[in-house]
Amino acid sequence: MLCEQCQKREATVHYTKVVNDQKTEYHLCEYCARERGDLDFTFGFEPGFSIHNLLAGLLDMGSPGLPLEKKSAGVSQCPKCGLNYTQFSQTGRLGCGECYTAFERQLEPLLRRIQGTSTHTGKVPGRQGGTLKLEREIGRLARELEIAVEREEFEKAAELRDKLKELRRQLADGQGGRADG
Amino acid sequence: MAKDSVFRALNSKWITETGPEPDVVLTSRVRLARNLRGYPFPHMLDADGAKKMLRQVHSLLTLGTSRGDLGNLQFLPLSEIDRLDRQVLIEKHLISPDFARSDHPGAALLVSDDEAISIMVNEEDHLRIQCLFPGFQLEECWRRTSRVDDLLESKLEYAFDSTRGYLTACPTNLGTGLRASVMVHLPGLVMTQQIGKVLAAIAQVGLVVRGLYGEGTEAVGNLFQISNQITLGPSEEEILHNLGAVIRQIVEQERAAQQSLLKTNRWAVEDRVCRAYGTLTNARLLTSQEAMRLLSDVRLGHELGILNEVSYRTQNELLVLIQPAMMQRFADERMQEEVRDYRRAALVRQRLTIKEGEK
Repeated sequence: MLCEQCQKREATVHYTKVVNDQKTEYHLCEYCARERGDLDFTFGFEPGFSIHNLLAGLLDMGSPGLPLEKKSAGVSQCPKCGLNYTQFSQTGRLGCGECYTAFERQLEPLLRRIQGTSTHTGKVPGRQGGTLKLEREIGRLARELEIAVEREEFEKAAELRDKLKELRRQLADGQGGRADG
Repeated sequence: MAKDSVFRALNSKWITETGPEPDVVLTSRVRLARNLRGYPFPHMLDADGAKKMLRQVHSLLTLGTSRGDLGNLQFLPLSEIDRLDRQVLIEKHLISPDFARSDHPGAALLVSDDEAISIMVNEEDHLRIQCLFPGFQLEECWRRTSRVDDLLESKLEYAFDSTRGYLTACPTNLGTGLRASVMVHLPGLVMTQQIGKVLAAIAQVGLVVRGLYGEGTEAVGNLFQISNQITLGPSEEEILHNLGAVIRQIVEQERAAQQSLLKTNRWAVEDRVCRAYGTLTNARLLTSQEAMRLLSDVRLGHELGILNEVSYRTQNELLVLIQPAMMQRFADERMQEEVRDYRRAALVRQRLTIKEGEK
């Protein structure tokens, strides 16, 4: 297959780019692929490079859709540790756990940009997470149940349904118990 | 265990033991970023706060003796470790270069006897819990790290938010706080010039490639460190699964590349491997960079059955020993560069020519 851009060299780079759920396939030669800049071929281990510089760069760009006044709206200082948003955008580091709440509005688009999403689904600390853990487990089992039903694996589905019932009961007991007591 | 052994001996689990897929994967590492509720993050923490926090962290030491996962922990305030010894800790992969430069009043290191668990206190986050295992065993590594995390949490209250997960100083670690990385030796892919494509593909699936000693250092000796970029969204298991699947493919591709080298260029490969061994066993001056390069060739020779004299353990030991600080520590004196290169050559010669059983 020839490179779809120059039509001269053999296409050796094949990749799919997904932008806003729109899939586009590319078949390029290495030269054109590098030219396009979609792929990083250099992987230079640049000594002076710091993730914080990169972050600060991202912050400077702001969120593309928002007009300038809106961007600066919201809290500019964390009530707990006193860090202000300018300091954060310069260093890429927050001051304390509370900063995530104080700067929530500004951080949301940044998190989406660097992490792709802004919601944690992983491990939960034991001492804070009793109910949360249970809710997560219920969500996970419910998804499994849907898949099992779809695949017509009825024995597995029945098992999952029983487990779910038990967990939902535990959840209700935990919360109900506290309300009663 | 003697207090100094962490700076002088080569007892790290990843050096002395062999793990799965040792021909391509040198080490698997998992680290968790954790912060304590009620304290500002390290860069905003004053000396008093740091002191208070260290006292709390010090109480962790009592956990070690009763629980197998932590083992016996050594507590080392960073202020009591000189520059050379800090460099040794970097070379053994126990601390980060950033941490070695730190003059934070609360900076300290906790390290287990087998050096598989190390906890940096007041690096970028309050706690950086690291577990380093030999070979390809990300899941075992994660299980142990997670159990250590659970133990710590029984004494400390973490900064956690049900939506954002574990709160970290830098938003790039938010959520799971998990960075998993695997160190791979890829001479076949480098020599067959496929490495560029492989690395580009890795970047496309949300993974990062770095040089041997983490951020900000260059790759030498065909050693690459591959790790996850995203920490928020997917669960720990999903992150590890994703990284693991990519590593498995890379292992296969590297093996195929090595075999094709052998098939198409057998004499040239044999020559290269044996020349490397010849140089290592005869040279009188060796820089660490050259030694790394030659050791990579010897390792390749080992995988291809060309050269069976050097065990994985000796290879791993040499990889650490030839580094500037470790070598000075081992020789117990500070050395000028030329003296160092001379000593390095002598050390490598000696290590390679003594029989395995005589050590």
